[in-house]
Amino acid sequence: MALLQLSEPGQSSAPHQRKLSAGIDLGTTNSLVASVRSGKAETLADSEGRHLLPSVVRYIGPSIAVGYQAKAESVRDPLNTIVSVKRLLGRSVTELKTLGSRPPYRFSGENRAVPRIHTVMGDFSPVEISAEILKSLGQRATRTLGGELDGVVITVPAYFDDAQRQATKDAARLAGLKVLRLLNEPTAAAVAYGLDADSDGVHAIYDLGGGTFDISILRLRRGVFEVMATGGDSALGGDDIDRVLAEWIMGQAGISDDVDHTLRRRLLRDACAAKEALTEQTSCPIELDLGDGKCWKGTLDRSQFNALVDPIIRKTLIPCRRALRDAGIGVQEIDNIVLVGGSTRVPRVRELVGEFFGSHPLVDIDPDRVVAIGAAIQADILVGNKPGEEMLLLDVNPLSLGIETMGGLVEKVIPRNTTIPVARAQEFTTFKDGQTAMAIHVLQGERELVRDCRSLARFELRDIPPMVAGAARIRVTFAVDADGLLSVEAREESTGIRASVEIKPSYGLSDGEIESMLRDSIDHAAEDMESRRLREQQVEAQRVIEALQAALRDDGDELLDPAERESIETGLAELKALSVGDDHRKIKAGVQALEERCAFYVERRMNASVRKAMSGHKVEEFD
Amino acid sequence: MSITLTEAAANHIHSFLKNRGSGLGIRLGVRTSGCSGMAYVLEFADSIDENDQVFEGHGVKVLVDAKSLLYLDGTELDYTREGLNEGFKFNNPNVKDACGCGESFTI
Repeated sequence: MALLQLSEPGQSSAPHQRKLSAGIDLGTTNSLVASVRSGKAETLADSEGRHLLPSVVRYIGPSIAVGYQAKAESVRDPLNTIVSVKRLLGRSVTELKTLGSRPPYRFSGENRAVPRIHTVMGDFSPVEISAEILKSLGQRATRTLGGELDGVVITVPAYFDDAQRQATKDAARLAGLKVLRLLNEPTAAAVAYGLDADSDGVHAIYDLGGGTFDISILRLRRGVFEVMATGGDSALGGDDIDRVLAEWIMGQAGISDDVDHTLRRRLLRDACAAKEALTEQTSCPIELDLGDGKCWKGTLDRSQFNALVDPIIRKTLIPCRRALRDAGIGVQEIDNIVLVGGSTRVPRVRELVGEFFGSHPLVDIDPDRVVAIGAAIQADILVGNKPGEEMLLLDVNPLSLGIETMGGLVEKVIPRNTTIPVARAQEFTTFKDGQTAMAIHVLQGERELVRDCRSLARFELRDIPPMVAGAARIRVTFAVDADGLLSVEAREESTGIRASVEIKPSYGLSDGEIESMLRDSIDHAAEDMESRRLREQQVEAQRVIEALQAALRDDGDELLDPAERESIETGLAELKALSVGDDHRKIKAGVQALEERCAFYVERRMNASVRKAMSGHKVEEFD
Repeated sequence: MSITLTEAAANHIHSFLKNRGSGLGIRLGVRTSGCSGMAYVLEFADSIDENDQVFEGHGVKVLVDAKSLLYLDGTELDYTREGLNEGFKFNNPNVKDACGCGESFTI
């Protein structure tokens, strides 16, 4: 007998038509799965009652262990046990090299776009490793809900770029899950608190996890969540609190700095236990077994604890201040603060964050589970269990998307913060006579020049019929789907030939980089404008030079005497020399000068072509 | 005529109603559909209709319309756990045959 769940009035589904869905928080350290049952969103536990699944995968051969079992062996078998794979998702090998601390795995295929980690069971990509975690969570949901899942919503950090989102989607597909959509983690947290029920508001999502800190400022406008600013620190979290406490215990117990690995591990464990105890209690006894039969006893009270951790918590307020500035709003404009991440259980964190924002943060939902719960609520709606709910949560693209045009300039097709899904088209044309192919270079970023933006993909549109420069009409369409994934299509209008590309996970950005790309675009705005003008003038000069050269080849000998021709050639050479310079005003003047110098030649050419067209015809025919 | 609830069922209904924030109880019913003829209805109830019978068990109001009651008389609603899966279960003495999954049945 199947077990039933309560439905909303009038919405009992027909047998075998119940749609099962789940929300998945695929985290760096821990992952969770949640689902809505009888109208209530809850995280799902494993058979031992544990809700968290450590995001750890161990390749043992012949089997693969995921979660606690894998985590337990991570110290003993580090090369076959993959932790924090989320940090590698959607990154290329080259990018991994630039990451501060390189993960301790053996990477194979050194310069391939997608890194593969070598284990006893073979080489695996971050997508495949993430898929194991998703598979495990999917199985848990299937067993808990008593049926196959019709779809899932997976959360990703707001700063995840196209490549990282695509990699997440690929991992889900590999795990046999149908992704209804990807949802930004801060947006999910806001949904869990029902903040999307109002039509407008500005919310700050403060997410302090074990090893990372993220702050996001979201604006809800007419039911659409827009990411106004993100910030954070990818190496700041609860682990730092443990480390500070461990150092304090070492100082108190008179333990020297060069403790062995086992004692250090024990210290960190005791520090973490003390931190958790102080969430409920005002003081906590600490007993440390020093190993050689000796034992140290001490007490840590709340005020000492607060003094120790204050510097760490205050460090999180710097990105908060910066995010507010980036968003261009004041603290008083924030309507709600949502706390996410296990470390926000520390009462001092709540105090200082509340103080900073000047109001009480929302803390009712377990901060470890709030993201998964929001995802589950969204999944329940998207899978179709709540017909009548018009709500389709929308997101925005975090950075502008565009293509390269002549002179290394970026033409933005979809500006940043455009609500997605979206499709925009723009027309481009050929630059040279008889041009039969066009390279489309897709870029992401806010800067004016190609070299300052991030390259997403390149492809070519071939077989354009030969025409004079500027006559071909090439329509380039950018489409971003609900998950923030981009596809680009180029189409030549007269023949209908087309070429397209979907952005694949071979490039990626680090979390701080999006932020710095945005900041750079503001810092370099004036300079970028200058470069843009220069490049535009250079392109214009190039166009004039090429047109003139073509004309000279065509009828230069016929229409010009040697002196005139030399004068034009001199002007041509002068403009050529000018155009490699860096003053756009001089180039512009040079273009004008050359045009004036050639005016008589242009006139002669026009007369010649008119004569040619009219020869053999009577004047009356032209009336 | 009677419909009963186990304590486990009542506790869960209380908690679901509290989470939902509104509703005066739950509605049980049957309707024709499914692979074996009839299917159960299990919903939150916001209002009592004219031909509803109201039962109460452990402080939870259970609404059943007159027609459904013919098929549900004597039913005990339970909340149980089977492995990781948990949910409501109809212990209905009128059922003669159910389909493999148990979501629909015949009288």
